[in-house]
Amino acid sequence: MGDRRVVVTGMGIIAPNGNGKAEFDLALRKGKSGLRTEPSMVEAGLACQVASVPQGVEELARATFDEELLLAMNSSHRYAALAAVEAWQDAGLAVPDAADDTVQWDTGAVIGTGVGGIDTMGERVVPMVNAGKTRRIGSTGVEQVMASGPSARVSGILALGNHVTTNSTACATGVEAIVEGADRIRRGLATRMVCGGVEGASVYIWAGFDAMRVLSRKFNEEPEKASRPMSASAGGFIPAAGAGILVLESLESALERGATIRAEIAGGATNCGGHRMGGSMTAPNPEGVRRCIRAALLDGDVRPEEVDLISGHLTATGADPKEVASWSAALERGPGSLPTITSTKSLIGHGLGAAGAMETVAAILMLQGGFVHASINCEDVHPEIEPYADSIPHELQTRQDLRTIVKAGFGFGDVNAALVVRRFEA
Amino acid sequence: MEASEIQEQVVKILTPYVKDQQALAKVSLETNILEDLKVNSARLVDVVLAFEDAFDIEIADDDVDEVNTVGDCVRLISEKV
Repeated sequence: MGDRRVVVTGMGIIAPNGNGKAEFDLALRKGKSGLRTEPSMVEAGLACQVASVPQGVEELARATFDEELLLAMNSSHRYAALAAVEAWQDAGLAVPDAADDTVQWDTGAVIGTGVGGIDTMGERVVPMVNAGKTRRIGSTGVEQVMASGPSARVSGILALGNHVTTNSTACATGVEAIVEGADRIRRGLATRMVCGGVEGASVYIWAGFDAMRVLSRKFNEEPEKASRPMSASAGGFIPAAGAGILVLESLESALERGATIRAEIAGGATNCGGHRMGGSMTAPNPEGVRRCIRAALLDGDVRPEEVDLISGHLTATGADPKEVASWSAALERGPGSLPTITSTKSLIGHGLGAAGAMETVAAILMLQGGFVHASINCEDVHPEIEPYADSIPHELQTRQDLRTIVKAGFGFGDVNAALVVRRFEA
Repeated sequence: MEASEIQEQVVKILTPYVKDQQALAKVSLETNILEDLKVNSARLVDVVLAFEDAFDIEIADDDVDEVNTVGDCVRLISEKV
């Protein structure tokens, strides 16, 4: 791997508790929840009837895109495109006119999704095929269900000409996308990469998780309390939708054009636990998790004692205590010395393929703003996490000392991704 | 239904897909949908579905192959309404 430094010069977010960086930042500081009763889950009779879905997206999309683009985009395309446009503009770059034939040959995209365009599949493709009306799928069915849809859509809007792909590693997707994009810049193969993750909003995505009994079922009457990472009363996760997108850039390019540097991507790692040592399709091999965290630190040349904040995967399932133990083991920092550990999912639920990217945006906002958002709904800390209780922020913390954050995502398939984000210092 | 009424509706349905706004401003029956209006050919499928919905008709795939101009659309629809 090369040694070019990679920095973040732009960020965009469509999140259940706020669209755009400014709104999302405020929501994090206020501990605002994005969880609501979800009518489509109620109608379908799911055991979990709470979801975390971005609001006001249609108005935003209509103000940003032309009619032809709107007709071609499903929910995940809308979220990814809006977040990418915000990130691009935040990086000080102009969104090109569709008639301008200039291609950004040195800029690519890795924009992942966990499940993809299953809303289009469920609402259009399957019903039309079953009814013998295949023609009525129209021309946009394929581009919405193809796995590479989100990155393809964004590359068309921004005229990107470098490596453009969609990665998919379940709930590790968003973090993995950033690790992959940064790697490409470090190797000198791209100057800029538009990276992140997206997940659409659809009961067809959520029903499968509900069938697995991994969604929170006991807080349907109190939606904002339904996502309870690290809590003794956690009973599953709350599915979420949205997108988080970063513009990654080589340090020299950012300096050369005088871009505002939001943070540095110091290091990253991905691996798989091989479905061994307790790992399976749906559970992580703890040794894989620990190795991944350690590898990210090593890659970033960061010592465990330098970590100021852990932005955990922490979904509010039975895996939380094991995850906290893995962080402790990986960092060799036991009860009393574990860094502050927070779960953005307590506020926005679990964005699946978008989770790691939305939470990285949150991490960088915290780094820039000198705060740690409250990890809500765990006043009753899980007994196995209790020894680490002092590391959990139940309220907003002012933390001007924040310098190094580790963000991780762990996914079905026993796959892991970890990222070291550091305050930029020349 | 009057041909002018059909033409008006056809142009309305085509509008979101038009890339050349100047050509749209002087649209006539002779205007070529792909060459003049620069409509992405893949989207013709969606245009035809919108015709079917708007006029409550069915258009066969073979008929679509004959559609090149706004006039072709108006003629095809007029035969079916």
